Amino acid sequence: MNDIASMTIEEVRTGLAARKFSAVEMAQSALEFAQAENPKTNAYLHFCPERALAAAERVDKKLAAGEDAGALGGVPLAVKDVIVTKGVRTTCGSRLLERYIPPYDATAVVRLEQAGAVILGKTNCDEFAMGSSNENSAFGPVRNPAALDRVPGGSSGGSAAAVAQGTAMVALGSDTGGSVRQPASFCGVVGVTPTYGRVSRYGLVAFASSLDHIGPLGRTVRDAALLLETMAGRDACDSTSAFAPVPSYTAQLDGEVAGTRIGLPREYFEGLASESGDRIHQAIELLKKLGCEIRDMSLPATKYAVPCYYIIATAEASSNLARYDGVRYTTRANEDSLSDMYRATRGEGFGAECKRRIMLGTYVLSHGYYDAYYLKAQKVRALIAEDFRKAFTEVDAIVAPVSPSPAFKIGEKMDDPLEMYLSDIYTITGDLAGIPCMSVPCGKTSDGLPVGMQILARHFDETGMFRLADAFEKAGGFAGSN
Amino acid sequence: MKITELEVRNVADLANLDLTASEIARLARDMDEILTHMDALSELDTSNVEPMAQVLYQSEETATLRADEIVPPIGNEAALANAPLAGAGYYKVPKVIER
Repeated sequence: MNDIASMTIEEVRTGLAARKFSAVEMAQSALEFAQAENPKTNAYLHFCPERALAAAERVDKKLAAGEDAGALGGVPLAVKDVIVTKGVRTTCGSRLLERYIPPYDATAVVRLEQAGAVILGKTNCDEFAMGSSNENSAFGPVRNPAALDRVPGGSSGGSAAAVAQGTAMVALGSDTGGSVRQPASFCGVVGVTPTYGRVSRYGLVAFASSLDHIGPLGRTVRDAALLLETMAGRDACDSTSAFAPVPSYTAQLDGEVAGTRIGLPREYFEGLASESGDRIHQAIELLKKLGCEIRDMSLPATKYAVPCYYIIATAEASSNLARYDGVRYTTRANEDSLSDMYRATRGEGFGAECKRRIMLGTYVLSHGYYDAYYLKAQKVRALIAEDFRKAFTEVDAIVAPVSPSPAFKIGEKMDDPLEMYLSDIYTITGDLAGIPCMSVPCGKTSDGLPVGMQILARHFDETGMFRLADAFEKAGGFAGSN
Repeated sequence: MKITELEVRNVADLANLDLTASEIARLARDMDEILTHMDALSELDTSNVEPMAQVLYQSEETATLRADEIVPPIGNEAALANAPLAGAGYYKVPKVIER
């Protein structure tokens, strides 16, 4: 078998079709490799070999019967541990759910498995997806495969690290304020936040419901696009999922990007003096060479995005996390009164960052502060979304950094929550507006740390976004460059 | 000061969250810094702006009603499998009403 750590979905498909290996052999090698390599990074929290082998056997049976094995037949997949898997432990990186075994599968998981994907295991993440470094996991931090003393980003740090490390070919993450794109950029892989509602959230454990997305990660744009087109589309189990038909993104990766109007929002480049900035500026030169038309532009409400986001996200989180009260989800503190039981269960179970967000969210929603914080933030959100709506009447895509700096050292920012929040500045705007956006690798710093370029597009224009990212990736030789 | 330790205790009450003394001290400091940063929003005039509660995009009208078909439910046993304490098909909690 080829080197499993660098294979693409297309190579799996052709390998299976040519009978070079079976799906079961592929799954066994992938599991063996992932389990052996995992201690280096702590990317996976747990593996599910029985489920993986059963999925692989189904693929082999179909192949033996001459049937189509599905778009993802035999492809090793990792799933972030905030996405539920029937019968397979789903912890959300929290002590509270350490023993939680979901009684159902997320819709995204069902669709990917129906297309032949082989789930190897569940990946580490910040507790309830709250964090930008993966250091808020109750089960230990994840190490960045590119530099083991550095964070992989967060909150989908385990998913990004597994794809970069080669212990998964593709992965599912979730993005509320940058949790797919930022770790993708830190680890040197492709990470996609689709349009709000493009992928069903049925089975995604809720953090901030007006902002939550499921998104794919892969080593190439094509692999990530294939994952998205396989799982996207209306789902009756999620009333917020969009009805819009799902085009084949991969069928349209034709390299036709000359003439694409690309906006560079001034606010995203002011004060971007790091090596990450240098890589983005080189990336822009490459886009010019591809015939893209580069335009200076402004998104004036950008400077208000961090406070706006952290008001809305914490308010929604404080409501969503209210369900962990000791009644239903495995963990309960033994107290004599119901009220003491709620309080002790939550006090013992949640980590520091979840408590901080529950407290901030409860504060901004409380009587006397609601208008000044929550209502104000909802209005500012409308201004941020309007900035993008206007911008997309003049440009086809927006290019920006993903993060002000590359992966930082483990422990470096843990004592300063505000500084950690401020580092999300370039990614939270896309979530607030609900537009599709992604990180695509664009080189490395002199220390070998990956840097990602962000592309943002109009609602439901994943097609244009992927076409541009794919052309850029090919022109720069960035595919699988992690 | 945006928030005092006493206010932190009151908010923790609203959130049904037990906090230790050191957590309260730390949260008072962190929340003060973060809330001060959030005050930047007051610079913006939003008097004519409608609040945005959800993501809106242009979309065609669609039939959201599904066919009225019975689908098998998850089942009592599976639904209670993760309960810390269950009995007689229900979640059990500490006594709420004194006789």
